[in-house]
Amino acid sequence: MSVDQGRDVPGTAPDAVVRVRDVDFTIGRRAIFNGLSLDIPRGLITAVMGPSGTGKTTLLRLITGQLLADRGLVEVEGRDVAGLRRPEIYRMRRRMGMLFQNGALLTDLDVYENVAFPLREHTRLPERLLRHVVLTKLQAVGLRGAFRLMPAELSGGMGRRVAIARAIVMDPELLIYDEPFVGLDPISLGVVLRLIRRLNDTLGLTSIVVSHDVREIALVADQCHLLSGGRVVTSGPPADLAGSESDEVRQFMHGLPDGPVPFHYPAPDYAVQLRQVQ
Amino acid sequence: MFAGLLRELLQSLRAALEALGAYSLFGARLFMELPRALLRFDLIVKQMHNAGALSLVIIMLSGLFVGMVLGLQGFDLLERFGSEDSLGTAAALGLLKELGPVVTALLFAGRAGTALASELGLMRATDQLAAMEMMAVDPVRRVVMPRFVGGALSMPLLAAIFSMIGIFGAQLIGVQLMGVDPGQFWSQMRAAVELGDVMEGVVKSCVFGVACSLIAVYEGYHSLPTAEGVGRATTRTVVISSVVVLLLDYMLTAVML
Repeated sequence: MSVDQGRDVPGTAPDAVVRVRDVDFTIGRRAIFNGLSLDIPRGLITAVMGPSGTGKTTLLRLITGQLLADRGLVEVEGRDVAGLRRPEIYRMRRRMGMLFQNGALLTDLDVYENVAFPLREHTRLPERLLRHVVLTKLQAVGLRGAFRLMPAELSGGMGRRVAIARAIVMDPELLIYDEPFVGLDPISLGVVLRLIRRLNDTLGLTSIVVSHDVREIALVADQCHLLSGGRVVTSGPPADLAGSESDEVRQFMHGLPDGPVPFHYPAPDYAVQLRQVQ
Repeated sequence: MFAGLLRELLQSLRAALEALGAYSLFGARLFMELPRALLRFDLIVKQMHNAGALSLVIIMLSGLFVGMVLGLQGFDLLERFGSEDSLGTAAALGLLKELGPVVTALLFAGRAGTALASELGLMRATDQLAAMEMMAVDPVRRVVMPRFVGGALSMPLLAAIFSMIGIFGAQLIGVQLMGVDPGQFWSQMRAAVELGDVMEGVVKSCVFGVACSLIAVYEGYHSLPTAEGVGRATTRTVVISSVVVLLLDYMLTAVML
């Protein structure tokens, strides 16, 4: 499987759509981020990778204003998300599209109405124009013919593609994918990979892809941030990460079972615990 | 031991007050949204269909059986005093003032309330509400409000249908089976039942409709995004609604008598 990368990967981004600086975030007593800093450069596909539980989805929620950082700065298009009021957050989100891990299609609406949903809520487009826009987006993801199907009638890959059509229907500037490859068969996975690349290039978007699928990410991302232990361990093009000598990076990129992220959950001495059970 | 018991009692009391506060805030938010929600009346009509029209069969069947039982029991009781001709009055007052609103509310909580709670809970569990938030659409305004208003408007209509079918059931047993004079049955009912009696039932069913719908949407909207969380929200909807309806019924009866 190969995906046309479509552009040269620059070493430095000309400007950043999202800036995260020294962010701390805690859930309960568990520190998720501890001084996290990263940039999402404009016009590129940036992958946020890391082992399960490192806070990849939490980072997305901080960027979209669903959560607020305990400390530090999260900036989208130069505006501090923490300082935005609810209507301003909604205005910011209108310029974003997000693909949820399970698609999150509205189950009581068919494919057409799911894609039309943001347009109906935010615009007063005449029905004819609305139909034109919706069918164009469905055509872009190859599902124009499925416009009358209900979400329950779609396969996992089709549902993901409908969700992508819905995410781009308002012509966003920033498209966020939360684990877009989970549970997809190889054909659907290839389709979604190509869509992510094609949409980013043809629509001039900035894309954030949260995933731990190293091989797939390497095919589509221009830049990667690897999270571990509440901070960014390394950043750079996928090829650079694959060749890294860092133990943390090597363990993740090569799927090694043991390393800085231990195979065993912290536990008391094995023999002592066995004796206690007896 | 006594101190421990007292501490637990105080903790329960505090939890109950916190829950009451949360319900009040949520209810206040819904009422603030009411004018805007009425502009999307198509959404409300759809929810009235879900909560009201789809509950019609169970409401009508229950109304018929409750009315028939009322006819049997009422006839048995009134016959002892030689006043079986008052069966129509007894059945109508019982149904309009008490049984209609209360039994309809309990059935409404069991059918429509659980459907509302589980639907909202599943929307939460499958990220549909989060997706709406991300599309800059307020889920309270778009999803919760139409369901709340649709449920609250459906309840008085269902209670009216319940009472109407119930009176028919009582007539079926009293007049057709037990031989009560039909003229006496209807004329005594018309003479004794006043507008105030009807309004008592209307007020009760409106209050129960608001209470049951509020409880259902609150529990569903705030359910944990897991299978267990949705199940718990559904159970809580039925339990809390039933207790609240009976409590409110006593309070309203005491006020309006």
